[in-house]
Amino acid sequence: MVQLPLCVHRTHRQPPDLEQAVWPGIPELTAPVREEAVIPGQFTYHRPSTVQEAVALLASHGEEARPLAGGHSLIPMMKLRMAAPEHLVDLGGVAELKGIRDDAGHIVIGATTTQHEVIGSELLASKLPILRETSLVIADPQIRYVGTIGGNVANGDPGNDMPALMQCLNASYVLVGPSGERHVAAREFYEAAYFTALSPDEIVAAIRIPVPAAGHGYAYEKLKRKVGDYATAAAAVMLTRSGHQITSCAIGLTNVADTPLFAEEAGRILTGSSMEANVVTRAVAAAEAITNPASDGRGPAEYRTRMAGVMLRRALARAYDRAAA
Amino acid sequence: MNDMTLTKEQREARLEGMGCKRKRVEDIRFTQGKGQYVDDIKMPGMLFGDFVRSPYPHARVKKIDASRALALPGVIAVLTAEDLKGVNLAWMPTLAGDVQMVLADGKVLYQNQEVAFVLAEDRYLADDAIQLVDVEYEELPVLVDPFKSMDPDAPVLREDLVGKTSGAHGPRKHHNHIFTWDVGDKDLTDKAFREADVTIKELISYHRTHPSPLETCQCVAAMDKVKGELTLYGTFQAPHVIRTVASLLSTIPEHKIHVIAPDIGGGFGNKVGAYPGYICAIVASIVTGRPVKWVEDRMENLSTTSFARDYHMTTEIAARKDGTVTGLRVHVLADHGGFDACADPSKWPAGFFNIVTGSYDFPVAHLSVDGVYTNKAPGGVAYRCSFRVTEAAYCIERAMDILAQKLGMDPADLRMKNFIRRDQFPYQSALGWEYDSGDYHLAMQKAMDTLNYRALREEQKQKQEAFRRGETREIMGIGISFFTEIVGAGPSKNCDILGVAMFDSAEIRVHPTGSVISRMGTKSQGQGHETTWAQIIATEIGIPAENIMVEEGNTDTAPYGLGTYGSRSTPVAGAAIALAARKIRAKAQMIAAHMLEVSEYDLEWDVDGFQVKGNPQARKSMTEIAWAAYHLPPPGMEPGLEAVSYYDPPNMTYPFGAYFCVMDIDVDTGVAKTRRFYALDDCGTRINPMIIEGQVHGGLTEAFAIAMGQEIRYDEAGNVMGASFMDFFLPTAVETPHWETDFTVTPSPHHPIGAKGVGESPNVGGVPAFSNAVNDAFAFLGSTHIQMPHDSWRLWKVAKELGATA
Amino acid sequence: MSEIEQHPLTLTVNGKKVQRFVEPRTLLIHFLREELSLTGPHIGCETSHCGACTIEMNGMSVKSCTMFAVQANGAEITTIEGMAAADGTLSALQEGFRQMHGLQCGYCTPGMILRAHVLLKENPNPTEAEIRAGIAGNLCRCTGYQNIVKAIQYAAAKLAGRDFQEAAE
Repeated sequence: MVQLPLCVHRTHRQPPDLEQAVWPGIPELTAPVREEAVIPGQFTYHRPSTVQEAVALLASHGEEARPLAGGHSLIPMMKLRMAAPEHLVDLGGVAELKGIRDDAGHIVIGATTTQHEVIGSELLASKLPILRETSLVIADPQIRYVGTIGGNVANGDPGNDMPALMQCLNASYVLVGPSGERHVAAREFYEAAYFTALSPDEIVAAIRIPVPAAGHGYAYEKLKRKVGDYATAAAAVMLTRSGHQITSCAIGLTNVADTPLFAEEAGRILTGSSMEANVVTRAVAAAEAITNPASDGRGPAEYRTRMAGVMLRRALARAYDRAAA
Repeated sequence: MNDMTLTKEQREARLEGMGCKRKRVEDIRFTQGKGQYVDDIKMPGMLFGDFVRSPYPHARVKKIDASRALALPGVIAVLTAEDLKGVNLAWMPTLAGDVQMVLADGKVLYQNQEVAFVLAEDRYLADDAIQLVDVEYEELPVLVDPFKSMDPDAPVLREDLVGKTSGAHGPRKHHNHIFTWDVGDKDLTDKAFREADVTIKELISYHRTHPSPLETCQCVAAMDKVKGELTLYGTFQAPHVIRTVASLLSTIPEHKIHVIAPDIGGGFGNKVGAYPGYICAIVASIVTGRPVKWVEDRMENLSTTSFARDYHMTTEIAARKDGTVTGLRVHVLADHGGFDACADPSKWPAGFFNIVTGSYDFPVAHLSVDGVYTNKAPGGVAYRCSFRVTEAAYCIERAMDILAQKLGMDPADLRMKNFIRRDQFPYQSALGWEYDSGDYHLAMQKAMDTLNYRALREEQKQKQEAFRRGETREIMGIGISFFTEIVGAGPSKNCDILGVAMFDSAEIRVHPTGSVISRMGTKSQGQGHETTWAQIIATEIGIPAENIMVEEGNTDTAPYGLGTYGSRSTPVAGAAIALAARKIRAKAQMIAAHMLEVSEYDLEWDVDGFQVKGNPQARKSMTEIAWAAYHLPPPGMEPGLEAVSYYDPPNMTYPFGAYFCVMDIDVDTGVAKTRRFYALDDCGTRINPMIIEGQVHGGLTEAFAIAMGQEIRYDEAGNVMGASFMDFFLPTAVETPHWETDFTVTPSPHHPIGAKGVGESPNVGGVPAFSNAVNDAFAFLGSTHIQMPHDSWRLWKVAKELGATA
Repeated sequence: MSEIEQHPLTLTVNGKKVQRFVEPRTLLIHFLREELSLTGPHIGCETSHCGACTIEMNGMSVKSCTMFAVQANGAEITTIEGMAAADGTLSALQEGFRQMHGLQCGYCTPGMILRAHVLLKENPNPTEAEIRAGIAGNLCRCTGYQNIVKAIQYAAAKLAGRDFQEAAE
């Protein structure tokens, strides 16, 4: 969600627009090209009050329009003029996009629900405490008041924390467009940095998360340089136990590839095990194997891959300890 | 009011003079959002200027086409070097004796260099217009590595200097060479090395970083064409120097230039120099006759206005087997970027780097510094340090640890063995300084006792064994830094800026009712001068600090001063204040004698007035004396009670300190946690302990950031990396360690109140303490020296290379 | 580019209702500083890292450099200028920052105080760790945060009717 993928390389690329997929991980992209601006370009502002209205606006303006939720990814990019939408569709007035509810075995979170609201939700605290744990390590307090969970999952920034968590939780996104509503699994949603299954005339309206088993173990481990930074690497783990044995295990990895990663193989290796050291090592190796991080200020690729492994190891240990035996 | 109804202690307390933790007067406005910073200034008709900058680190500027920008309604003008040539301002002199382009004149030498200045009705339109200025470049080969700058085939960066075999500081030996600075006795030093039992040699680099105050550099230039007067508001640490520079460059007479530095949101050395933004704003205001505001954004600040450090120090120590040091040899390769814009006193191309012998009694030493050009931003400012002192302190403190390691000695014991002894002061250093005072053994012992140093070493040994047995993944380091600073530039015999001697000044006026206005040539950027200067005056003339107003930053009203940087305010202006106050007290004594009808020699000073010796009932308070000075002065005496003092210090001051850092490093992630940080400072007489400790906290936080990751890095193509607060490491409250402070007091013998200055000590002393802790942690695994910055990935890489990762 | 429509904007700022027309791209920080002359909130980074522009909006701490003024339509906003009582009495936080030497250059102070204000509303008796985490969206270059933490503890104590004994270091 939040931070802007600053900066663009000077020599071999044109100053990109948003669609050119600039993201914080690519090493050539970490230097500012030319300090161009800190004031957004002009745009026409729309503030719909229903989803239908919002979608209609997006559809009528096509590629020139962008939805605006918390704005902490989009506005910084607009200030640097790395994004210059001609129409902004502010979702802040759409009441139906807000709120967290229990819907027959699923937790449904409206897209414009803020991180702050996620953190404060008693429903999530009892059913899905990993959301709170993750939200608390996103950005900083001010940004969490404004930044939304929908924005975090929708914009395709691989630095965002929620996408890997949603893959870990096997969540699906409710996308609404001119032709109606469709559901896309988080594990299928991300195609490349800033490229997702979302089409320009659609918005993410809600996130549906299957309620995990009571007594499950969970942990989100994030290594970052400081508060406000993206993850150097992070790992989300959800597991269940029966006695010493792991009966299910799902793993998501953040910011170690140009999309979030669902570490399916690692989860499979662990399932049925009792956290024996050699099994954990195999699982960590399997998780590391699917990473493909960039080298940037957070460290070279090799380091970030290893850190994905270390974070996974630590998240597993905590989740295992937390799970009811 | 009858002062005698109060006890002496009550009267002293009422003054809130030196030594008390007086609450800051500045805070009353700052806590209400009523500070006035440059960007708060609004003037009728004010325009806004902003730069078109180069995306290339080295390129020819073939063509600048501003027509699309000029077609945008609200865009007033687009200035280029060609326009500035008309007023002879395409280039400007630097403080270091070089010249610098104001706007790209034919070529650019670093990424984000200023190419054109867009002038528009507001900042939104200025940013719109920047997008519409078309510049055609032809790329040139880029020189990034200073170690390659003097290769025979290195690209020529400064075409304006082609054929010039000497510069401001002597001969140049290559087209990218700026100067060689040579100090000390080479032959004797070589001899010491030939005869040494033990020697060490290490390349110790101090990476490029940036002062990055929270408020960037900015100004408002307002030319009154009718009166021919220029008013320049700006973030200036040295407003008078800016006025002189502006006058010399613009040819506007100096008395018709009014420079005003309002509240400044931090400086740390960033706001000493003159930048293209100031020049362009002035020119634009002269051209348009309208006020012009220029406000740098954060990326511009980090990537263009004045980096710090970038010193590569090949350091050698010669010693006897018992650890006694016998010689020091240092060669520095100094990367100055595209122009030499170092902010040092004119005769000091590497600042006071020759303080590099530190706190130790080196009989001989030799230092040479080579400055070179590269395709990087210019600067080389003293980032919370006195002119390269922090580089010097890092160099010697790291090297002493390396020597201790080679000798198998404890680094604290090695320092104790080599400290300059108390009885050696004033001490003549091998590289030419006369240290004023110190008691290093006392300070070090106090620090070691407070921390229970030997027990920490024992704990470390046990942790190392546990690590070897595989019981822990953490290693522990104890970092020691015993630094000596040289601050208070400086004596006119060796310190000037553009020819102006580095004195400072104070003017004090006592009003008839006994309240005071005082003005100084310094300029606070957060140091709290309005509070502390009043404390000095309060103690000296017995008027309560709350009745003393301190004003700085307006060149029309303040006496000429050289400004605030290099921890010079207290050593220089602090002395001027005390001496001006003493002039007032001397006159007050004569008035009191007249009032009491006694000889002035029969009077003695008592807290807040004069009393007759042996008859304390016969006294006159300063309030009474002030009234008399205006009401009925003694016959033959000029009325009034005011004084001005210009203070040319006889010597620098030499604050010192013992810093200890205890750190635990997780070798699996490279994450370092500071468990304890203890800072003992000796800054001589302490004016306000609360403010001193606040300064120490802040400086330590900067040192922590610098040592642990704060860096302005360039990639091989010359792109400046991470020039935003996303990547540039400014720690938040969460990462920042807890600080423990302590002190000893060794007054400066030559300073009127014995004060030495403290603002920069924690940055100077803190960086080596952190770096030594990191190095100390890894030493038992076989490492000798790890280059800064010590961010997690780099420490992980070290651990991996030492075979310590999982 | 005058074809861009200006939007009506109504805000309650420091208890006073204001109505203006604004260009959509006007950032809230510029609206407050330039249009309302509330220059307490500052700009320090442009990338929503430093927090110098922090204000209170509808009970939330918001970085006003990363919000368009039009987004705030209808909101209640408090800036540093609205922190003291009408009779000029300083708030507990303002007093705490002075008493505990929680500021030096003063540039981060308005944002820091506004952030701490909301933090204390939500958590009237925070631990040191909670304070440090709570102000992690505000950078200070001068103080090293230690005395800021104390300033907030001072205010928390004062608001709870307790004495805060510790002196500024």
